[in-house]
Amino acid sequence: MGETITFWVLAVVSVGAALGVVFNRKAVYSALMLGTVMLSLAVLYAVQDAPFLAAVQIIVYTGAIMMLFLFVLMLVGVDSSDSFVETLKGQRFWAAIAALGFVTLIVLAFGNAIFADEVGLAQATAQGGYIRSIALLLFTKYVFAFEITSALLITAALGAMVLAHRERLTEKATQKDLSRARFLGDRPSPLPGPGTYARNNAIDMPALLPDGSVAESSVNRYIARYDVEHGHLPEDPKLAAAIRHRADDEGSESGDAESNAEESNGVTK
Amino acid sequence: MMHLLAADPTLADFGKDPLWITIIKAVMLFVFLMLGVLFGVWFERKLISRMQHRYGPNRAGKFGLLQSVADGLKMGLKEDLFPRTVDKVLYLLAPVIMVVPAFLAFSIVPFAPMVNLFGVQTPLQLVDLPVAVLFMLAMGAVSVYGVVLAGWSSRSPYALLGGLRSAAQVVSYEIAMGLSFVAIFLFAGTLSTSEIVKAQEQTWFAVLLIPSFLIYVVCMFGEAARIPFDLPEGEGELVGGFQTEYSSSLKFALIMMGEYLHTFTASGIAVTLFLGGWRAPWPISLWDGANVGWLPVLWFFIKFVLTFSFIVWVRASLPRVRYDQLMALGWKVLIPVNLAWILLVAAVRNVVINEGDRMIGIGLGAVIVIGALAIWMRFDTVNQRRREARKAQVEAEFEELSKEPVAGGFPVPPLDLPHYHGVQHKEIPSGTN
Repeated sequence: MGETITFWVLAVVSVGAALGVVFNRKAVYSALMLGTVMLSLAVLYAVQDAPFLAAVQIIVYTGAIMMLFLFVLMLVGVDSSDSFVETLKGQRFWAAIAALGFVTLIVLAFGNAIFADEVGLAQATAQGGYIRSIALLLFTKYVFAFEITSALLITAALGAMVLAHRERLTEKATQKDLSRARFLGDRPSPLPGPGTYARNNAIDMPALLPDGSVAESSVNRYIARYDVEHGHLPEDPKLAAAIRHRADDEGSESGDAESNAEESNGVTK
Repeated sequence: MMHLLAADPTLADFGKDPLWITIIKAVMLFVFLMLGVLFGVWFERKLISRMQHRYGPNRAGKFGLLQSVADGLKMGLKEDLFPRTVDKVLYLLAPVIMVVPAFLAFSIVPFAPMVNLFGVQTPLQLVDLPVAVLFMLAMGAVSVYGVVLAGWSSRSPYALLGGLRSAAQVVSYEIAMGLSFVAIFLFAGTLSTSEIVKAQEQTWFAVLLIPSFLIYVVCMFGEAARIPFDLPEGEGELVGGFQTEYSSSLKFALIMMGEYLHTFTASGIAVTLFLGGWRAPWPISLWDGANVGWLPVLWFFIKFVLTFSFIVWVRASLPRVRYDQLMALGWKVLIPVNLAWILLVAAVRNVVINEGDRMIGIGLGAVIVIGALAIWMRFDTVNQRRREARKAQVEAEFEELSKEPVAGGFPVPPLDLPHYHGVQHKEIPSGTN
């Protein structure tokens, strides 16, 4: 009775969630719906007296694999949507064939399970409980399949690493290297901080030097560019000019410092 | 014999309680955890401030005992803010996802052996499964979703970075943590917590399997995201990490509760799997009555509080590590060391206890050790050669720079100023103006 109730409740939940995977517009919601499907499956396993399978389902699929999915989706960006241009030629045809093959496999597997003679849970787990029975099958009868699968997974992981690997041509700069480079450059000291005024206290406000000139290098280039694009310029024409100039600046840090010195002198005059 | 059986519950003793006993146990566990969070916060703040020569909270109630109650009230009464751009559904759901699995994970921790609860003989543990430890790991895996979703739904770079860090950190440390349990499973022959406690009747696994215990202790901090591994929060670099956009309302209270519950679960698992569970410590355990009835709750609680205090102590002592150091420790140290240790444990068990073929065991062991040494020496010589070359290069450069300080060398004052070269040094005797 309890099993039937659980089944019908979870059936509704998991089918609804599976539809949600397909129809949700946001990729992260789709991933979460897939996680829900997996959790429902785990509970169904648990109800069917397979607690080990249930726990492993949650740890491996929900905990590790879905988490990696989510990881990638989060990096893709919030509002990105799929492009619907098909890059693979004839993919629908092959997808249909693959789907047909998959359906056949599932039907055959289910038919096998339904029409085969039942062994019964008690006899199947006679060798000292669920975990021992699974371990026994895994490491005796199916050991070859198990090892082949792990070899496949290792190959896939290795392939991904080879594809993503970038040989480091130069040594990674250590803290010591960076410090030496800074002292050999034009500016051993840190860049000036942004301005703190009575009316503005923000990272996009250039600081004023002691002589009243504007220290352009106190504003980050990207922030300056953002301000110019969105029209967030201060009322003070001197500061606004400095931000605008900073935003146009494409040069390197050292070039910045020089042009900044010239510019600020010009402004003071 | 019957007496011993009654004292040490096994899996067979579970699932026989009437429903009302299960409900009472669940409520007791819930109350224990809620009070634990309230006083755990107070205890941590008090302990850490004593370690730092401060008084800590001492205003609300005697010894500041009601400080967390006051904080909780304040959080409950504050306006529940939704920042404008957040994803409302997930933003609200994330703290809940953090807290619920944390409560569930604690349900497999045994507090005591068979006790008399309102006239019913029952083990003082809410539930036990053949896969209880795996269940705890699974709940840990689910609760990370809360952190990750809190980070993502906040729509803020700091929160997103915190969520990403948390995802990578927990997945990595869960592997090392799961591996550190394997040696225990080998020795206890079961994954059920009550039977693991039973298997520690002679020796605690913390003594028998010291490497596993040490690895677990390190992973515990990573899994519960406590200092030194609290990088998802990382207020030094990420403002508040995944919880940056949660103002101090009830949602924040839930997040905080989830974090404390995770720490409690980590301590509870450490006590159960490694420190003998509810068993009395050594000199007391000689007394037969120490491990019977309600008394073991006391031993469990003492061990639990000591473990929690250790976590607080570490927080007071160690700085936060850098993220790449955290990952390097997890993947390059904890997991390989763990695998080697499991190999050793399995081999020793096979040879000594199961009386497997000694020659095959020793031969295989020798091959593995020699192979590992050969690989290590090969890579060590390569690394050493690289280090030496690098050092020589730096020294040569330093030499060159110190020879010509003015030609773009180190920023030193010019060393050929007139007063360096024997300009008359006028002696001024004391007492003159």
